[in-house]
Amino acid sequence: MENIVIIGNGIAGVSAARHIRKLSDKRIIMVSAETDYFFSRTALMYVYMGHMKFDHIQPYENWFWQKNRIELVRGYVTKVNHEEKKLLLDNSRTIGYDKLIIATGSKPNKFGWPGQDLHGVQGMYSKQDLDLLEVHAPNKELCKRAVIVGGGLIGIELAEMLRSRDIPVTFLVRESSFWNGVLPEGESQMINEHILEHHIDLKLGTNLVEIIPDENGKAKAVTTDKGETIECDVVGLTAGVSPNVDFLKDSGIELGRGVKVNRHLETNIQDIYAIGDCAEQHEAIGNRRPIEAVWYTGRMMGETVAHTICGNKLEYKPGHWFNSAKFLDIEYQTYGWVFADGPAKKDYEQHFHWRHALEKVCITVAYHRETRQFLGINTFGIRMRHEIFDRWLTEGRSVDHVMEHLGDANFDPEFYSHYETEIVSKYNSEMGANIKPKKKSWARIFQTT
Amino acid sequence: MSTLDKSMALTGQPPKSLSKGQKLATLWGMAGLGILLLASFNINFPNKGLWLSLALLSIFGGTFWFSKEAYGQKHKGIKNDGVWFKSISSAGLFGWLAGIALTGFYIVLYFFPAYLGLSSKGDNTGVIALFDPLSKMLSGNPASQWFVYGTLYTVAILAFGVKFIWKYRHNRYEVLRTISVMFFQAAFAFLIPEIMARLNGKIPYYDLKNMWPLNYYNFERYRINGFIDAGDVGMAMLLFGILTIFVISPILTFKYGKRWYCSWVCGCGGLAETAGDSFRQLSDKKVSAWKVERWVVHSVVVFVTLMTTAVIYSYLGNDTSKYWLTKTTFLVGVTAILTLVFGWVMLFKRQELQKDAQYGAIGYFVIIMALIGLHYFSGDGNIFLFKSESLRKSYGFLIGSIFSGVIGTGFYPLLGNRVWCRFGCPMAAILGFQQRLFSRFRITTNGGQCISCGNCSTYCEMGIDVRAYAQKGENIVRSSCVGCGICSAVCPRGVLKLENGPLKGRIDSNQVLLGNDVDLMDLVNQK
Repeated sequence: MENIVIIGNGIAGVSAARHIRKLSDKRIIMVSAETDYFFSRTALMYVYMGHMKFDHIQPYENWFWQKNRIELVRGYVTKVNHEEKKLLLDNSRTIGYDKLIIATGSKPNKFGWPGQDLHGVQGMYSKQDLDLLEVHAPNKELCKRAVIVGGGLIGIELAEMLRSRDIPVTFLVRESSFWNGVLPEGESQMINEHILEHHIDLKLGTNLVEIIPDENGKAKAVTTDKGETIECDVVGLTAGVSPNVDFLKDSGIELGRGVKVNRHLETNIQDIYAIGDCAEQHEAIGNRRPIEAVWYTGRMMGETVAHTICGNKLEYKPGHWFNSAKFLDIEYQTYGWVFADGPAKKDYEQHFHWRHALEKVCITVAYHRETRQFLGINTFGIRMRHEIFDRWLTEGRSVDHVMEHLGDANFDPEFYSHYETEIVSKYNSEMGANIKPKKKSWARIFQTT
Repeated sequence: MSTLDKSMALTGQPPKSLSKGQKLATLWGMAGLGILLLASFNINFPNKGLWLSLALLSIFGGTFWFSKEAYGQKHKGIKNDGVWFKSISSAGLFGWLAGIALTGFYIVLYFFPAYLGLSSKGDNTGVIALFDPLSKMLSGNPASQWFVYGTLYTVAILAFGVKFIWKYRHNRYEVLRTISVMFFQAAFAFLIPEIMARLNGKIPYYDLKNMWPLNYYNFERYRINGFIDAGDVGMAMLLFGILTIFVISPILTFKYGKRWYCSWVCGCGGLAETAGDSFRQLSDKKVSAWKVERWVVHSVVVFVTLMTTAVIYSYLGNDTSKYWLTKTTFLVGVTAILTLVFGWVMLFKRQELQKDAQYGAIGYFVIIMALIGLHYFSGDGNIFLFKSESLRKSYGFLIGSIFSGVIGTGFYPLLGNRVWCRFGCPMAAILGFQQRLFSRFRITTNGGQCISCGNCSTYCEMGIDVRAYAQKGENIVRSSCVGCGICSAVCPRGVLKLENGPLKGRIDSNQVLLGNDVDLMDLVNQK
């Protein structure tokens, strides 16, 4: 029986294991240094905030693994020996494999800031980071202020976490507006406002210079490039993540920033695959980045590699881009591509933006200037139906079609206010169009093409 | 565990600490309860109407103020910070104390009402006497323990309803649903029956929204006689009672799912959703708990069916010339209905039932038929081996009192706020059966957006592991779902939506969006 070893028990590794079990009877061993059981990394924040206990963020009950004959091994892989097809665990034990899947995820970026390894300085990525935060910032008495460095998704989540315990937070963001490398101007601006509403001390266009230690080697303040010194007890480093592949340095497996893979998620070495955050495509797929540190892509790669390993060789074809996040109280969803001003934005990409006069609700629709083909949508405070946008993108619908049928795509709970009329009337006046929004139709929603 | 609890303090740090206003509000509300407690220790308050008003207003006002302090200053959005740190909402010390206090209250209420001051001869004393003025004002009669209970129940739903609305003010589904349960409790369960009693003393107390088998006593002899004696109004009510379970509820459940009842109308649901909201996360989500739930709740349905059949049978006559409905016609009718339902499910819906559900259905059907047959051919006076009276009494004691009251509400702070609805309520089981097999209602999963965070499962009061479906891209179609909508509300990624849609595509999962963008035809050909 073939012996499949998976390094990492995150969403990518677990998806691979589950699908291999669905498709075959192979022996599956999953190695993790982080936790005994799979948990939802994106939900770690809710444990600190008291919304859930750690048990709750484990999607499967503990008997699941034994029942599905997925063997769990707790250990840190220190070396991969592909000639003998063996792994060295914690510099002591060895495990043999016939096929190896590397799914080791990411680690928080550190850009060589002075003081970045002090006590009280941490990322917010792993279970260990969560435990560490309970030590560094258990309450507002022991943590009088926290400084967060890096304005992305993890940064704003960490800010929300700390604010739930009333801990004052200073948020250093390098960009001139929150996450404006990704979000178009209007949206980024709205999130700035929302961050301030939550009493987070947002410092835009500000970089960390140095973290200053106290006499015990614990962080006590940071200095910024604006010449400010901010006293604090915790420094959160949330300036993005990069693949967690240091242990593979001399293994012979080709590395870039991550583990280099082809469209079949194969590395340069036979029988070794890489999936999830740690995998780096030789060539970016469509508008995607070569490394995608996203929950959903990890899940898709896991499923794809399982098929390949079980004899049904599949290409990784992630379909239309989608993603979601929550910025404090504002939910965000995106389907297709909407680019912020910058190098990624194509010349032909045109935006239509609508924002509610009072509520923190807005959308941005991207379309092709000449063909008027719909390219993508960002929504804030409005939920949209994934299936509908996926279909519209596949069918290459026009932006007019999207506007006319926006009601079909709405996924807000029943009785919520609908904004389609308002959105379309602004669209009409800007475009000189005369579109009448159609009422939601089940027949259209469930149509099969 | 992950949350290192180093502090032994009872008040603690944010988010679990109470603000000064919240502490004062708690004191005020507790003072209201204190008046009731003093009264039950036979402190004779001079001006009962005034003191009662003071007590009830304090309970309402204290809760109102507490809610304002808790949510008023905050932005609208999900308010679950610190839920698992607070002792009251995480089955900690305060949770246990509250559970013991509630359980104790129900035991006294059901079995020792004399301790509350109920007196069959002469005037009431104690806390029941305190409620006399209000009762006399409404119905003209002195209060009973049930009037006291009904009043407190209504105050609880109204006060905690306000709290719930404040908490979920960003979510119009939750707001409307809560206004609805507050209305139905105040009007249908509390005021209308009292006023009806004043207008027509012969009408049995009837909460019109309460249907069989939840009000398992509805077709007992004394009530039927009461309905008949009350004339046309009474007959209309009796007819309505029969229509609700056989016609009205199936239609509404088909259109909207059982939520139209369980989380929009029902009084038990109303209390669970308002006063019980702080405990929803305590329900057990394990697969094993689901198994227990299915066996227990469906056994209660069988029990209530047998019991009601026996009770009605016991007072019907044998002579067709006197009244068309005789013992025999009735029994044949019951057999026919059960056979029809069983046959329909087994013929058309079998593939939607799990193995153990099929065994259970067959097993119970055989038992009921055997009992009816046994009786029919033996001609014995005792139907179903037991006397109908002892069946009725044991159902009333075991299910009506112990399960729905003592355990169902008393254990809120330990097992979650829907213990009764989930494990015990035969009404919920019957509506759930319809919802599962014959309804437009479902919780739609939004393609591949689920991140398996677990908020939906954690905050499902019915103990449904919502995430297990959502992360597979599958819609949630579960008989126990009461449609409270909280899973959809707490979802940080906009994955869940309660909706009534076409039957086609109701249960489908959407594997294509979830995973790799495979060629659909390839996938079909592979299968």
